[in-house]
Amino acid sequence: MSILVIVEHDNQAVNVATLNTIAAAKEIGGDLHLLVAGENCGSVASAAAALDGAGKVLCADSAEYGHNLAENLAPLVSGIAGDYSHILAPATTFGKNVMPRIAALCDVPQISDIIEVIDSDTFKRPIYAGNALATVKSGDDLKIITVRSTAFEAVADTGGSAAIDALSSGGDKGLSSYDKSELSSSERPELTSANIVVSGGRGMQDGANFTMLESVADKLGAAVGASRAAVDAGFVPNDYQVGQTGKVVAPELYLAVGISGAIQHLAGMKDSKVIVAINKDEEAPIFQVADYGLVADLFDAVPEFDKEI
Amino acid sequence: MKILVPVKRVIDYNVKVRVKPDQSGVELANVKMAMNPFDEIAVEQALRIKEAGGAEEIVLVSIGPAQSQETIRTGLAMGADRGIYIEAGQDVEPLAVAKLLKAVVDKEAPGLVLCGKQAIDGDCNQTGQMLSALLGWSQGTFASGIEIAGDTAKIIREVDGGLEHISISMPCVVTVDLRLNEPRYASLPNIMKAKKKPIDALDAADLGVDTAPRLTLVKVEEPEARQAGIKVASVTELVDKLKNEAKVI
Ligand SMILES: Cc1cc2nc3c(=O)[nH]c(=O)nc-3n(C[C@H](O)[C@H](O)[C@H](O)COP(=O)(O)OP(=O)(O)OC[C@H]3O[C@@H](n4cnc5c(N)ncnc54)[C@H](O)[C@@H]3O)c2cc1C
Repeated sequence: MSILVIVEHDNQAVNVATLNTIAAAKEIGGDLHLLVAGENCGSVASAAAALDGAGKVLCADSAEYGHNLAENLAPLVSGIAGDYSHILAPATTFGKNVMPRIAALCDVPQISDIIEVIDSDTFKRPIYAGNALATVKSGDDLKIITVRSTAFEAVADTGGSAAIDALSSGGDKGLSSYDKSELSSSERPELTSANIVVSGGRGMQDGANFTMLESVADKLGAAVGASRAAVDAGFVPNDYQVGQTGKVVAPELYLAVGISGAIQHLAGMKDSKVIVAINKDEEAPIFQVADYGLVADLFDAVPEFDKEI
Repeated sequence: MKILVPVKRVIDYNVKVRVKPDQSGVELANVKMAMNPFDEIAVEQALRIKEAGGAEEIVLVSIGPAQSQETIRTGLAMGADRGIYIEAGQDVEPLAVAKLLKAVVDKEAPGLVLCGKQAIDGDCNQTGQMLSALLGWSQGTFASGIEIAGDTAKIIREVDGGLEHISISMPCVVTVDLRLNEPRYASLPNIMKAKKKPIDALDAADLGVDTAPRLTLVKVEEPEARQAGIKVASVTELVDKLKNEAKVI
């Protein structure tokens, strides 16, 4: 049995969610191959070869893979799918975009966002914003799976010494092209892998007030997140959104400030180890999941918290 | 151009779902149902494109139990022109849905299919991408901006790092994200008008699509509940607890 993990990267470095995905692959068990498709991605292929558990790296280095366009990447993967029992990718926007396209080309169902490997055919995944957990079993020879990174401990990025084989490119399908990115730049840790996350909601009232949270975050080495309401209101960019339809986080400490605790928000953070809520409404549902709740006006409490830590 | 918008009937997003005691699924009886919120955004976008002169007709399609026709009616009341209903169980897998939609696209020949990025019941986030693959079309996923000019659509995508701009060739499948628009409410006159708009029924078997599940649902269970926490009286107490009890800062 061979498993293929599709490496997410930006042609420079391996995205950490790949390491969690490899951990899930190792639980399934079998020979582990890693696919690096990109443009001038040789350094990524080398880094992938060194990942713990890597058996072989397949590298498709060509302009049409430079920006992860699904129309080009999916046929490359479906073309080699016959060699594998499982194909895995992280359940990031990268994986969510390309994996269903691969699954359809292979005519197999996809199992999205797994949080547990029961056996090589059977997986657990959240449904209904994590309010229920479904165990599903596949009878197909090939399983196409995306992996929730917070549910699997990342493997080490050292210890492997896999061979790198070149994979010939399938050409540009001419359906899509990349124009540009507007990436939020931040010195802070990445939201989904940060040890501490400080999130703000509608209660923050305005984007400028997020500087209060940023100050706390910088003292704690934390990432800054937000509720949908805060993103919709334009306080912070879209990539801050934590929740059912945003990012899923599970840090050691999650600080929810001015967030009511809607089901959709809880879906993205309720597996955090310690949850703190600061909210002036003592009835707010966020207090039902908080380990430590402080009923207070955030405009008093946050500056005070900032001073005391 | 014709726009096709698939719409799904799901448990209303405000409802706290309950798992059935026999672990066969979640309780759907006597539960408030509604159009999947992402599909509402897709319908709204289709209406805006039509209102701006970019489309002549908006066709809704729903696949599911008989009441899915009410979901089509909801979209017709928002302003869509007609509906197509395909009878099926509640839990048709995304791959089968994509195959049914492909059959509808083959009949209707739309220039654009607008889907929600995910349905909030199964949380799969698959159907639009699968449909696009089956059609051999381009895809624009998680869209917060769509601009169509001639045979190209410029899509702004919500991605993990921020926003990404791509250009894709028409016809295409676009899956919509939360920030694309704010869906309108149906006005009373439009609700009345919608009652007269046609909904045609199609049969999955006639379309040559096998909708039997490929995955076995072994069980559905409740997640482990979190232990109830405590309220602290002051910021000082909070900091003390985090430092000395939880030891996380
Ligand atoms: C399809 C769909 C998908 C969704 N996906 C997501 C998602 O991924 N993530 C997400 O977060 N939401 C999501 N939502 C939205 C969700 O339902 C809620 O609307 C949202 O989470 C509310 O955000 P909030 O808690 O910031 O705002 P509110 O619910 O308005 O809460 C604001 C809170 O701030 C408190 N507050 C106000 N002022 C102060 C003050 N001065 N001091 C202290 N506290 C104060 C209030 O007491 C209140 O509890 C989704 C909704 C839908 C329909």
